[in-house]
Amino acid sequence: MGPIWRALLRNKSSYVLIALQIALTMALMVNAIAIIQERSRLMGRPSGVDEENIFQIYSSSFDPDLEYQSMVAADLDLIRNHPGVVDAVLTNSMPLRQGGWSQGLAIAPGDNSDAVGVAIYFVDEHGVGTFGIDLIAGRNFLPTDVRWFDPDGGPRWPETIILSNAMAMALFPESTAAEVIGRVAYIENNLPVTIIGIIDRMQAPWKEWSGVERSMLVPMKRGDDFARYVVRTETGYRDEVIPQIEKALADRDTGRIIDGAQTMNDVRAAAYLEDSAMIKLLVFIVSLLTAITSLGIVGLASFSVARRTKQIGTRRALGATRRSILRYFMLENFLISTVGVLGGAVLAVAINIWMVQIFALTPIAWYVVPVAMLALWIVGQLAVLGPARRASQVSPATATRSI
Amino acid sequence: MLRYYVKLGALSIRRNSILSALMVAAIATGIGACMTIVNINYVMGGDPIPHKSKVLYHVQLDSWDPLEAAREPDFPPSQVTYRDGTALLAAAEARRQVLSYRSSRVVEPAERDQLPFMVNGRSTSADFFTMFDTPFLYGAGWGASADEGQEHVAVITKEINERLFGGRNSVGRFIVMNGDSYRISGVMNSWAPTPKFYDVNNQSFGDAEEVYFPLSVSIAKEISSDGNTNCWKPVGENSYQAFLNSECVWLQFWVELHSVEEKEAYMLFLDAYAETQKALGRFARPINNRLSNVMQWMAVEEVVDDDIQVLLGLAVLFLIVCLLNTIGLLLAKIMRRCGDISLRRALGASRSAIFSQYIVEAGLIGLTGGLFGVALTWAGLQGIRGLYGNSGFLERLVSMDWVMVLAAVGLAVVAALGAALYPTWRACKIQPASQLNSL
Repeated sequence: MGPIWRALLRNKSSYVLIALQIALTMALMVNAIAIIQERSRLMGRPSGVDEENIFQIYSSSFDPDLEYQSMVAADLDLIRNHPGVVDAVLTNSMPLRQGGWSQGLAIAPGDNSDAVGVAIYFVDEHGVGTFGIDLIAGRNFLPTDVRWFDPDGGPRWPETIILSNAMAMALFPESTAAEVIGRVAYIENNLPVTIIGIIDRMQAPWKEWSGVERSMLVPMKRGDDFARYVVRTETGYRDEVIPQIEKALADRDTGRIIDGAQTMNDVRAAAYLEDSAMIKLLVFIVSLLTAITSLGIVGLASFSVARRTKQIGTRRALGATRRSILRYFMLENFLISTVGVLGGAVLAVAINIWMVQIFALTPIAWYVVPVAMLALWIVGQLAVLGPARRASQVSPATATRSI
Repeated sequence: MLRYYVKLGALSIRRNSILSALMVAAIATGIGACMTIVNINYVMGGDPIPHKSKVLYHVQLDSWDPLEAAREPDFPPSQVTYRDGTALLAAAEARRQVLSYRSSRVVEPAERDQLPFMVNGRSTSADFFTMFDTPFLYGAGWGASADEGQEHVAVITKEINERLFGGRNSVGRFIVMNGDSYRISGVMNSWAPTPKFYDVNNQSFGDAEEVYFPLSVSIAKEISSDGNTNCWKPVGENSYQAFLNSECVWLQFWVELHSVEEKEAYMLFLDAYAETQKALGRFARPINNRLSNVMQWMAVEEVVDDDIQVLLGLAVLFLIVCLLNTIGLLLAKIMRRCGDISLRRALGASRSAIFSQYIVEAGLIGLTGGLFGVALTWAGLQGIRGLYGNSGFLERLVSMDWVMVLAAVGLAVVAALGAALYPTWRACKIQPASQLNSL
């Protein structure tokens, strides 16, 4: 190894260039992997609802004479009795829709109490069944719990609510789900609501919200011309049911538009569009960069083989085997790569620390650095294999020519 | 002499075609990746209304919760309440002022065979069109008297005019929305401010609205906002009137001020207004009103995506690696020509002659790389469009203007020359005749 090192030092500049390239490639690779891991983790979070079988559709009335409450009742009746439909509900939003309603909920009344932000889903007794969520404590709403919101008076909120487990734990950290049942929380500072049920999980509509697991079902129907229906079908029936429902609703009333049919899968894809695009872009950039760096290694190794043809011939003439010539170039690349990946590791961590501060990313997992080092070592060895083979083919007779 | 060097360079590029192709490819990929992201960043961070961006100010009033800032550490809310918005509008202390919000409508075409359809609408006061200098195909916006009289007037876009009236001048005709007839006062020509600066709360890069009508009419009809609504204090009652009187922020307020004096005077007016509200028991926070011109407001709202900034950093690193690659390859190429160089030097060429010869060659490679790089940038932008789907605003984000094309080629040439400096310097150091014995 000593002679190789000394040979490297004699012709520093091109090797320094390669080591620098490897270091930068590594820094970029590690940080790209960190971002990819983070995004994949976010995208992997379950929404808690039966995503495969749910779709939404809306009705928007423009005829002022179309009476809203009876229209909604008739629509829901029609949808729920449609073959292939499991259940349906009038609601304001759904997980991952990126638009919705949030409110503060506190365990004590008063203007100054610490309220915990929670996403609100207005539903009726069909909400739990339509979203396909699991009640882990308490009971579902009864038809008698459900209220219509009346703009001319009446209650602002119904008496009962169902919370997601994460929300229940945020309000009552010391309690189990069962112990929370029957407790009272306060909405809009001092309006009491009783917790009658806890669901396992239902994400809030905003994927980037820090409280995304905190949600609340409220047994209330509201609206005046816009109605969003969420429908759950039997497995495999979703795609054929959507156009049927669209047509059936549109045919019944003419003073409105039926539109916006969208499956939960599409809602998810739209919500995570940027993240999945970012992952693909990063994978592309890293692959391209690795290819360019390995081409650079091939180029410079070929050049150094060409330059040293005579020396190789001399070594061969003095008794070195083909294997030892091959080994020489492989080892040389290994040394350069080592310098590169060590520098790269330092640079990668430095860039990561900087990015964590500026963009609030999560820091890289420790194992990404050694894995990237290993990967680049292997890439380097593969890249140098071709030129090194060619070097080992140099015949000993070359040494005797033109001296 | 330069022409001779260009000829020599071209010859040398052709002789070492593989090595040269690799260099061109490295520069082109680096430029392509870098400029793709730079281009998106450039469009996102661009000035949506260059001729007026310095005189249009977004107004923020701190009407928020005494216990907590609207946005940490001490930002006032980014929209205004109905009470404050209408009060500032009525005061008319600026040259022009506009209060508006986004809400959709259903349009019922007069033709029996056309189905009703939804449009994005904006309820706004009259100054919107003159203040934001919207282009008109026919007619114009409505006057302040229409706001006061709650007249049913509307401005529609070219596209809606095409759909409803076959593109004919429809000024004076009527459009029916949610059961009400609005007289058309103007047809707007294509207008796509990027970013959509006057309302970045709802999709900074979304399309401008399709139909505009007086705010006073929408309020009378109790039409709520489609956009972001934030409340720190309970509304209390169920009625629309209670919502209008509440501390919820949901409207955007802009003013036009032409000089520093006007701005200062308006700031004083805002602070005085806040004092009167304090007297009424509102505005419990310290006085913290803000005026931001268009570009300042874009910076406050951070309209340029974090992802794009991360990608920009990575793309610059990418370009550096590509350039290191080019340096390495150039070095290899020049070292291979040691013989030529020492022969030329021995025959009397000066160092600067050698330097010029190789820098011209590198420049040629850079130029070629830059041209390919522009092509790759275009391909990269198409690829991004594919990744992000085909929504309207992407068309604007992935378009390339001449500035960016020239920037790409320029960057490529500068990068290639920069990359060539070290190898060329090495070439200059070669001693005359040092290599001749091995030729």
